Amino acid sequence: MTAVDLAGVAVAFGVGESAYCAVGRADVAVSEHEFVAIVGPTGCGKSTLLNVVAGLLSPAGGQARVFGRPVAGVTREAGYLFQADALMPWKTALDNVAVALEVGGVRRAEALARGRDWLAQVGLRGFEARYPHQLSGGQRKRVAMAQMLIRDPKILLMDEPFGPLDAQTRALMGDLLLSLWSRDRKAVLFVTHDLEEAIALADRVVVMSAGPASHIVSEHVVDLPRPRDANEVRLEPRFHALQKAIWSDLRDEVMKAYSGAAAGAAS
Amino acid sequence: MSRASLLFWQIAVAAIIVAAWHVASMTTLFGDPKTVRFFFSTPLDVALRIVKLFVSGEIWKHLEITLRETILAFLVGSVSGVAIGFAFAMMPRVAAVFDPYIKMANALPRVVLAPIFMLWFGLGIWSKVALGVTLVFFIVFFNVYQGVKETSPVILANARMLGMNGWQLFRHVYWPSAMSWMFSSLHSSVGFALVGAVVGEYLGASAGLGYLIHQAEGAFDVTGVFAGMVVLAVFVLLIDWVVTLIERRLLVWRPQEAQK
Ligand SMILES: Nc1ncnc2c1ncn2[C@@H]1O[C@H](COP(=O)(O)OP(=O)(O)O)[C@@H](O)[C@H]1O
Ligand SMILES: [Mg+2]
Repeated sequence: MTAVDLAGVAVAFGVGESAYCAVGRADVAVSEHEFVAIVGPTGCGKSTLLNVVAGLLSPAGGQARVFGRPVAGVTREAGYLFQADALMPWKTALDNVAVALEVGGVRRAEALARGRDWLAQVGLRGFEARYPHQLSGGQRKRVAMAQMLIRDPKILLMDEPFGPLDAQTRALMGDLLLSLWSRDRKAVLFVTHDLEEAIALADRVVVMSAGPASHIVSEHVVDLPRPRDANEVRLEPRFHALQKAIWSDLRDEVMKAYSGAAAGAAS
Repeated sequence: MSRASLLFWQIAVAAIIVAAWHVASMTTLFGDPKTVRFFFSTPLDVALRIVKLFVSGEIWKHLEITLRETILAFLVGSVSGVAIGFAFAMMPRVAAVFDPYIKMANALPRVVLAPIFMLWFGLGIWSKVALGVTLVFFIVFFNVYQGVKETSPVILANARMLGMNGWQLFRHVYWPSAMSWMFSSLHSSVGFALVGAVVGEYLGASAGLGYLIHQAEGAFDVTGVFAGMVVLAVFVLLIDWVVTLIERRLLVWRPQEAQK
């Protein structure tokens, strides 16, 4: 069964003359247990697509379906890891994770116990009482990951989750994500601007064109064996072949986005 | 600067000012000491007067009245400021309708309201509380209104993705966010509650620190005026210190400035 199905989705911001068509036509499908990465130049509408799947944004055209049902309102089955920090700064790490269960009707004592367990699973034992500002960027992402996963959503939406982190931390987080994901292989839609990260993690890489009115340029199946080590897999010859093939698609779009931005700045 | 040397310099400033004042009122260094004494009294006299105020116990009644007015003005002003700030942030159309009136009311110098409040609420504490409320309300109102309107859209979207409904969003996101904005204005709102109380007393009352100072002024009792001002200043420092303690407890989640 298809977990996520975007069929001819178009998204516009604003109305009338000044409307900006961000996404022209996007067709993306994610099967159950499939890890799909979206790459594309910055500003092409990657976050916008995730927001459509999440039900935070309704498309101007086409249809978004989740497990066969049209998206209406917030998508309950989905967990979302945002690009920016989204933890509640007034709650401790533990409360931030536990509240995800509490709002679903789980008793507080049980929510706290399971929250502690999840914090331990993302490597944050002993950090339960810290507030977000007392954690490093990588630690905050771990808390956000626990907060997303504790609800056991069937679909994971991740928007450049490791973007602002340094190279070593990114590598560690990639491995952590793979090891957590490999337990039950939820459907994943993972946005990144880092092609290597996309290939290392995903089963399939989708390349998006530059905006405005962006569309899907190509799709590449990543036939690297699992379980993978997110770092060592980068040394394999097949990895480089894939990287070369996808980059030749992506490079054109990045150049287009760049010249478009330069023209916009010049006018 | 270390804590000890900071404290040393803070005390040094007071010592130098008091010493200069003392010298001016006792010697001819800065002109005729009699004139200086007439306009500024002397530090010793002021100190003696303060001791007398406390020994006779007269001051406690005034402090208690002023404190009571300050606390009431703060409470009434904060509660109404939070409630209306919240309501307006949630109902942008209502806010747009009331916007010019809020701005008008806030631009009004509050002192002109004092006589009206005395007419409405009498010479007792409530006319002073009302004056304080008109000051506190707007500070809290603007802070909470702005704070709720500017609640981080990412935090909100995340909370919705976690499955929060309207009431849960209020409880876990909007309310803490509004409270943090209210507490960030705690020092100024408590300060203005006190200003309202003292100004109200000054303009017409039968008790309170403002009344005490006004009485002394009426009798050209410069020593009394200075004694009242010193007591008021120390009172303000004490209240500010208590507010800081409360703030530390309530806003533990806020990033603090790096400790040196
Ligand atoms: N709320 C909005 N209003 C107007 N334009 C927007 C809005 N959100 C995004 N856009 C525009 O839509 C395009 C796609 O944005 P986004 O999906 O965030 O890109 P990215 O691929 O970098 O995640 C960008 O050009 C951006 O400026
Ligand atoms: Mg983005």
